[in-house]
This record gives sequence, C-alpha cells and structure tokens, in this order.
Amino acid sequence: MSPIKISWKSLWSKPLSSALNMMLIAFGTGILTILLLASNQISQKLDNNSKDIDLVVGAKGSPLQLILSSIYYIDFPTGNIPLKAAKELSRSPFVKRAVPLALGDNYNGTRIVGTDSNFVALYHLKLTQGKFWNSDFEATIGAGVAESQQLKVGDTFYGAHGLSSSSDVHKSHPYKVTGVLESQGNVTDNLILTNIASVWKMHDDHEEDNKKHDDHEHDGEEDHKELTSLLIQYRSPMSVAIFPRMVNETTNMQAASPAQESTRLFSLIGVGVETLQWFAVLIMLIAAISVFVNLYNSLKERKYDLAIMRTLGASRGKLFLIVIIEGIILTLIGTIIGLALGHFALQFIGHYQESNQARLSGMIFLKEEIYLFVAGLAIGIFAAIIPAIQAYRSNISKILSKN
Amino acid sequence: MISLKSVAHRYDQQQDIRFEDWQIDAGSQWLLLGASGSGKSTLLHILTGILKPTQGSVSIKGTSIYDLSSKELDQFRGRNIGIVFQRPHLIKSLSISENLVIAQSFAKLPTDLKRVNEVLDALGISHKKNAYPDQLSQGQLQRVSIARAVINKPALLIADEPTSSLDDNNAAVVLDLLMQQSGANQATLLVATHDKRVKDAFKHTYELS
Repeated sequence: MSPIKISWKSLWSKPLSSALNMMLIAFGTGILTILLLASNQISQKLDNNSKDIDLVVGAKGSPLQLILSSIYYIDFPTGNIPLKAAKELSRSPFVKRAVPLALGDNYNGTRIVGTDSNFVALYHLKLTQGKFWNSDFEATIGAGVAESQQLKVGDTFYGAHGLSSSSDVHKSHPYKVTGVLESQGNVTDNLILTNIASVWKMHDDHEEDNKKHDDHEHDGEEDHKELTSLLIQYRSPMSVAIFPRMVNETTNMQAASPAQESTRLFSLIGVGVETLQWFAVLIMLIAAISVFVNLYNSLKERKYDLAIMRTLGASRGKLFLIVIIEGIILTLIGTIIGLALGHFALQFIGHYQESNQARLSGMIFLKEEIYLFVAGLAIGIFAAIIPAIQAYRSNISKILSKN
Repeated sequence: MISLKSVAHRYDQQQDIRFEDWQIDAGSQWLLLGASGSGKSTLLHILTGILKPTQGSVSIKGTSIYDLSSKELDQFRGRNIGIVFQRPHLIKSLSISENLVIAQSFAKLPTDLKRVNEVLDALGISHKKNAYPDQLSQGQLQRVSIARAVINKPALLIADEPTSSLDDNNAAVVLDLLMQQSGANQATLLVATHDKRVKDAFKHTYELS
C-alpha cells in the first residue's frame, strides 16, 4: 500500500476538518484567481481597444472621461466640439488619420456611433453579412449586438436619446440594419455604427420643434454642426511631442492620450486590486495555519498509529512522507477547487454584467495560474513540515510504553 | 535463535536496569514474568529493536540488530518480528484487510491477499475483512492484531500483556490462538504478562526480579 493511499485514507477518516481546510485554501485561491483573470482581461481589453489610437481630441473636461467615452464607450462624453475646428485638426500635417465620432443615442443600452469609413479602417473591421452603412439611417452592427439584440440584416429599430436609457425614443426615423460585423474581441462588437449625418438629423428634429421660428442661418450649415470627439493616428512619432500641446494650447479643445490615461486608470483600480490581493494572501495564510493545526492535532491522536507503523517496518522517512503527502493532498485539492471556483465565479459575474464593453469571461486560462498551483503546493509542504519532522523524530518506545 | 548478552539500560539519570543473559531456541514458547516497574516493557522494547540498550547486544537469527542502520532495523523488524500489544491499536482509517496489507507493504513484501485471507480465516474473522476497526468488538480486534503480527510469518512473535484487558473467556481464546499461530508459522513465541491465568500454559519462564 503506497504512502499516498495511506494519507488519502487518513484524510477521509476525518472528512469535516479536511473539508474545512480545503475550503479555506479554495477561497484564497479562488479570490486570487478572480483577481488574476479579471485584471489581466481588463488590461488586455484596455490595450486591445486603444491599440491603434494615439490621441483623442474632445471637449475640455476630464481627460480620463474623454478616453472612457470615446474609446471604451463606458462614460458620458465631455461635451461637443465644433465640426469646423475638428476638420482643421484632421488636415494637420501631424495627423495620418482622424476618425470623427458623434455619440448621443442608444438602442437598448447599445451605443449608436456616428462615424465614417475611417473608423472601419482604424479597427480593421470586416463584415460577416451585408454591407457597410452608406446613406442616412443605415446601420452596421457589431457581432455582439446582433447576438444580444437579435438583430439581422434588413431589421429596423428606433434609437433612443441618451447613452443608456430608452425612455426618449426617436420615433421619427427608424434605423435599418445593412450589415453585421465580424467579431473583433474589442468594443466594436458592441456598437451600432452609422453615418454622422444620421445622428445629426435625429437631433435636428428635436431642435426644429423647439426653435422653428428663430432659425435664420441656413447658409452657415457647417458652423453650428458638432462632433463628440476625434480619434487620431499620428503620421510620425515626432507628433507625440508637438500635437497634443498644440491642441491644448491653441484650441478650445483638449487632447488626451489613451496610453497615459489607461495607465492612470489602471493605477486607480490597482489600489483596490492590491487590497483584495492582500486579503486573499491573508486567507491563504490562515488556511496554511489551519492545515498546520489540523495535521498537528491529528498527529497527537495518531502518535500511536504512527508508532505501530514503525513496529510494522515503516521507516522514519516513510512516516515523514505520509504526513507531508497529507498536507499536499489537502492544499492541492483546495487549489484545484479554488481555480475552478475562480473561473466559475468570473463567468458568473460576466453573465450578469451590465456593460457589454467590459464583459469578463471565465473561459480564459492563463499561464500564471500555474504559479497559484505551485503556491498551493508550497503551502501544503510548509504547513506539513513541522508535523512531519515530529513524526520523523518520534520516540516510538516512549509512545508505546505510555499506552 | 535469539540471544541477549550482558544487556543493561539506563533511562536519563536513573539506575541501570540489568538483564540476565537469555538464550531462546527457535520454535520455543516462553513466558516473561515480572511485576510492573521491573523493566518488562523495557526488555520487550529492547528485544523488538525499538529501544537501543545502553550496553550489551541482542541478536536475532544471527543478526546483531543494533548494529543495523535505523532503516534496516525497521525493515528487519517488519519481516522478522510480529508484535501483539495489550490493546489492539489498529489503524482506524483502514479496513481490517488493509490493516494487514499495510503490514506486508511496510515490510517491503509484495501484497499477498491470499495470505491475508488465510490468516483471517485461521483466526475466524474473515467475515469482517472489509469492516473498519471501530465496528469490531475488543475480542475481535485482538484477533486482528494477532493476524497482523503473524501475517509476514515472523521468526519471533512477541505479545505484551495480550490478555490483561480481556475477560476469562477471551483471554483463553487469545492465548490459544497465540500458541496455535506461533506453531503454525514456526515462530518463537514470547508472552510478557503478569496475568496468572496464562502461567500454566508455558514450560519456559524468564523472570524479572
């Protein structure tokens, strides 16, 4: 009979305390797994979405808010910028590509983005069905939208004013779905794309109702048109030094760098992540102590058993091994349960998440999880080492004569 | 077969306990008598190789056992010495047959389930082989511990007060089984006791004063 089987049987003879130990380990590992997976996925999403965007230009306000609203589509825009000023910037020699964005409407919480073909080029978008939007009130939808909203080519829907509520529906102009995008694994999966004019027209209707009579300036059409922001790709690395300063100092707009802002955002989240991490480490530590106490106490009860094993021919080394293996089995099973629990919990969280853009998945496995596994093993050995040494050193003659 | 030569042991600061030289022939059956405190347990531990005496030597089947390394001695004990304790002390987390198999594997002998069944049969407890120790009565447990002691066909079978916690009936049965099993396995039997019920059964006696 192998030492592994002896250890296994011994753990089974006290299922409650073994289960408690495994649970503690599993919780600690589970929390660490969730943190690891979530922070990894979030940072990957942040990187993935801002990959080719060097700068965002929008109305003055919080740069972080500008980035969040124009790249991740999770916060409200800072305001609008005049179309004229935006066009001037687009023609700047520093700029290779400028993508205009007009936000303001949603369909069941999915944002409707008014933009042009530069957006398609920027995100390397491809279609699975239909074609890209062409004329007003034609829309091309992301793969995620098609799935969650049950839309397909040829369907129509009404946009609602605002970015999340669907109370104020624009009943006058229905959108028509002309195409569905291929899944990109970034924000574009959860957007509805249309041309800028559609977004303008939608809102012009509102304004027309209000100020039908005092609208005299039909000739200066471009003058009062507005955009939400511009996504900018630089022509050369040189632009980094000059262009943002130029925008911030000479115009009434602000420039925000996605790289800089996501680093800042991540350092803000980082504090919370770090706290949770320490919390999980603390749980692991308590688990280690609990495994230690469990083995130590059971050793007291089993002193006689172990002495008998020696009289049956088991060497000191074998007793040492039996106790160590018990510790390892406890933490190893705990760790595996914890990893599974972490993945399951994250999948669960992802399922109930409101925002489509930052949805987390429990189905992604990382190389780093091996470290958690190794840590679990190390804790098992660490907690079992003192009891194991005691088993190794025990004086069987003394134990047997005490009866 | 077993010889004890000028053995003495001293615990910490106490006086030496000296033991008379002792020669035990193969297959013989001995009674070790002595009041409590006379060093009976000490002598048994010395004979079974779990307590190294401060002086003297013990040899079993021609091997001077305290010249072996700790690991060799453990294995020698597992293969050549079977011990029956006052209380059965089986491993609670293992079934009856597993308790016997473990004795085979600790002695580094191959698992032999035929032998396990044979021994359990001989002791009349084969119907309990899948039960766990806490499901058996005291008398049944003592039989299992005899089975465990003889499973590897040891040269020396040592019983330490095997009957003192049993009633007359069970005591007679256990003693009978010990004699019978040592005979069947060609083992030398050594029973240490202060139990008067046992005395008459033995021809040879080693008395501690």
